[in-house]
Amino acid sequence: MIQDTTQKSPQGNDRIVNEICMAICTVNGSGSATANSILYRALFRMGILTSGKNIFPSNIKGLPTWFVIRASARGYTGRVAHDDVVVAMNAATIQKDATYLQDGGVLFYADHLQQPEIRDKEVVTYPMPIKALMKQVDVPRNLQSYMENMLYVGIVGQVLRIPEEVLKATIDHQFRGKPAIAESNFNIVKLGFQYALENIEKKDHFYLEQLPELSDYILTDGNNAGALGSLYGGLQFCAWYPITPATSLVESAIDQVGKLRKDPITGKNTCVILQVEDELAAAGATLGAGWAGLRAMTSTSGPGISLMTENIGLAYFTETPMVIWDVQRVGPSTGLPTRTAQGDLSMLYTLGHGDTKHVILIPGTVTECFEFGWRSLDIAEKYQTPIFVLSDLDLGMNTWVTKRFQYPNQPVERGKIVWEEKLEKFKDWGRYKDLDGDGIPYRTVIGNTSEKSAYFTRGTGHDEYGNYSEDPKNWSDMLNRIGVKLKGVVKDLPDPIIRRAKADADIGIIGMGSTHDAMIEAQDLLAEMGIQADYMRVRALPANTVVREFIASHARNYIVELNRDGQLRQILSLEISEYSEKLISISEIGGLPLTAAWTAEKIFTKEKKGGKKR
Amino acid sequence: MEKNVELNRIGLALADYKGKPSTLCPGCGHNAISNQIQAAVWELGIAPEKVMKISGIGCSSKSPNYFLDRSFGFNGLHGRMPTVATGASFGDSSIKILGISGDGDTASIGMGHFKHVIRRNVPMVYIIENNGCYGLTKGQFSATTDQGLVLKHQGVNILPPLDLCMEALISGAPFVARTFSGDVKQMKELIKAALSQNGVAVIDVISPCVTFNNRDEALQSYSWGREHEAPIQGISHFTRREDMQLESFEEGTFREIQLNDGSYMVLKKIDKDYDPTDRHAALDLLTESYKYHYFATGLIYFSEVPPTIQEQYDLPDEPFNRLTSDRLRPSKESLEAINISLY
Repeated sequence: MIQDTTQKSPQGNDRIVNEICMAICTVNGSGSATANSILYRALFRMGILTSGKNIFPSNIKGLPTWFVIRASARGYTGRVAHDDVVVAMNAATIQKDATYLQDGGVLFYADHLQQPEIRDKEVVTYPMPIKALMKQVDVPRNLQSYMENMLYVGIVGQVLRIPEEVLKATIDHQFRGKPAIAESNFNIVKLGFQYALENIEKKDHFYLEQLPELSDYILTDGNNAGALGSLYGGLQFCAWYPITPATSLVESAIDQVGKLRKDPITGKNTCVILQVEDELAAAGATLGAGWAGLRAMTSTSGPGISLMTENIGLAYFTETPMVIWDVQRVGPSTGLPTRTAQGDLSMLYTLGHGDTKHVILIPGTVTECFEFGWRSLDIAEKYQTPIFVLSDLDLGMNTWVTKRFQYPNQPVERGKIVWEEKLEKFKDWGRYKDLDGDGIPYRTVIGNTSEKSAYFTRGTGHDEYGNYSEDPKNWSDMLNRIGVKLKGVVKDLPDPIIRRAKADADIGIIGMGSTHDAMIEAQDLLAEMGIQADYMRVRALPANTVVREFIASHARNYIVELNRDGQLRQILSLEISEYSEKLISISEIGGLPLTAAWTAEKIFTKEKKGGKKR
Repeated sequence: MEKNVELNRIGLALADYKGKPSTLCPGCGHNAISNQIQAAVWELGIAPEKVMKISGIGCSSKSPNYFLDRSFGFNGLHGRMPTVATGASFGDSSIKILGISGDGDTASIGMGHFKHVIRRNVPMVYIIENNGCYGLTKGQFSATTDQGLVLKHQGVNILPPLDLCMEALISGAPFVARTFSGDVKQMKELIKAALSQNGVAVIDVISPCVTFNNRDEALQSYSWGREHEAPIQGISHFTRREDMQLESFEEGTFREIQLNDGSYMVLKKIDKDYDPTDRHAALDLLTESYKYHYFATGLIYFSEVPPTIQEQYDLPDEPFNRLTSDRLRPSKESLEAINISLY
């Protein structure tokens, strides 16, 4: 086991400042989300880079749930496997929760729960008289458990030295526009804070201190960012069906569409969001809207993609633009609906029967979810094909400290839609005719009043004019032209992000999506262990030459991903087959976000063994 | 230019509404439907560019290729026609939608979508070309085949049929009709009336498959249809009121209904007691007709059209797919405000 630098045991009177991993262990449905987000935001407001991951069951009420906050002034916010601080509020899990503490750790626990037995390590324990304190205040019965959570905000906050005014400002932000509610919440927090101030003697080593403001950052989740990106991308139609963990993407859009998408001229709505009967209908309606000339998107997760497959194949072959968000959960089958994975990549890449290949955008930060939200609509319309945006539960549902959203730096791209005037200028237009030699035909949409505009769209074999055809040459020309079109798309896809090692690196480490923070930390851990590695995060498939060159320029490339068989490695091995020997899979399943320590250890071990084995 | 070619009110000839030559079997009931659709659209004076044709998979769904060549068409997936129609209906709500489906498409694989497109009230004419069998896969039973029917390779059909008009009624369709490929006059008038409405209109056309399911005892055969057809009313559609020859109708024997586009439908009563605005009566009619083996055709149910799906969204009046990009992207300031709210 290598030393996890994030998990240093405190010694003597050392103060550990702004480096903490804290697990808050509660019961699902008890209303702890607000309390946890107040603590989380307070750390962010103190200028400390922080992550907050909600590990929750597929359940509405009653099962255990954990909220894990990691603050790191050094910027390492990936998940870690051990806790510095445990806040135990759940009788059912308190014994086990305490075992994740390491030497020097801190246990806060509600004192009506049975105090856990802790062996073989030194832990500072702070009982919290939650029930006794609650007796001092008049709280309606239905808010009792919710307000109990506010007490730990005050107690934990005080002990870790979060200033009272930061807690106040955070609560005011949380309940902006509702000063009375903000005040009643703050009163409870203050009660806990005051109790701790007067009664708890600080014996642990963890301190939080104010740093310069993180003024370039915001706090939000990837699903909200994806929704906003789509709305700023000119989304006009979204048909969808609820599924964890994609639901909150469309719900975020529903929350904001009314305000953001009023027509500046008529004041009417310019975006339709429609919940339909199933994912087949969601994909079918999105396809229909894209065909009719609307900016169209749907959002789902793996099981929904399975149901959408047939329609997406139809969109591919009829060359209809549409965007599909896949916020991945753990599969196969129903799998683990509330846990995270990267197991849908292979499925998406060649989704559908017959010859297909799709474009996949893979955001790795919440800010990128915003950016790919609008870019995906542009690329879909430009190339007249389905575009996937591959997110996951960790990125989509967890709240991240992320860079502020940047306004789109390119105008809305509508592609080769032609209306009456331009259509009349074509001598011999055909819907599937490649007039420009780029594989992208011109398309008309319903409502075009030109006599020439109509064509018959079909999923069956067709010629350049859309007429039914079983002619072998027509068929192969059609499929090959689509192939040409999709080779061209690569130039419009985002380059990978590359973070070079501080010294010359013999090896590369490659990741994608939400593992970014853990990968960066793993890269630095490896350096501390004497292994220099360059890091590349792939942001789109098909891969471009930058990806190819990165792989070519390293003796060994470790591809780290959250699926069993190393799907990204498989795809890159096929696409960049001349270097497939250089690709080594590091894969992790289990449903939790990647940890840097695990990753570094795996790579370290493989390198020590000679690094040549797969 | 040819002389004596009759033109409609927008100056187009029937030939302007033609499609490609049909590749269905000679005598196929679906060809009669294609012919009546083009006649109906022509007579209504709707420009072909103002219609879109959307279909699923099957013999029925091939037929949109055989009419209205100047209309946009979409021949998609088995059973999914209503979903594509739902999305496409938002593109430009001035375009009339003809949804063409079959009994396999609607009564089996796409039953859920059929019911939900009605529930959403997507403004479209939903035509089921119902031949009681799977033609394109060579004669299997469908969910509308009568119980006990014997087919060559299938043996006896052990399951009872579904009645698609009944399903449409239960789902809340404001216009439900049944007609017959052997009764083209009635069919055309019903299509015209349906196209004159704003909401979803379902027309179940019993349309014989001459190759696989035209035996005399089959509910969807020409001979059974001709022998058992019992129209519940005479139906005529008039674009203008002055075209109606009301004096030829005996007092109290007809009912005049103004449709959403201002045109008129006149129902000449045959069964004096039948009221097509009574949903219970409609359900009774369908139940009885199956039980007593008669083939009730005509306008089975009619009601005021509930708000269409588009009307629920308060969208701009102009075509949605022509909105310029500057109207689709919110301002830079609004994003700045979001950034501030997320700090």
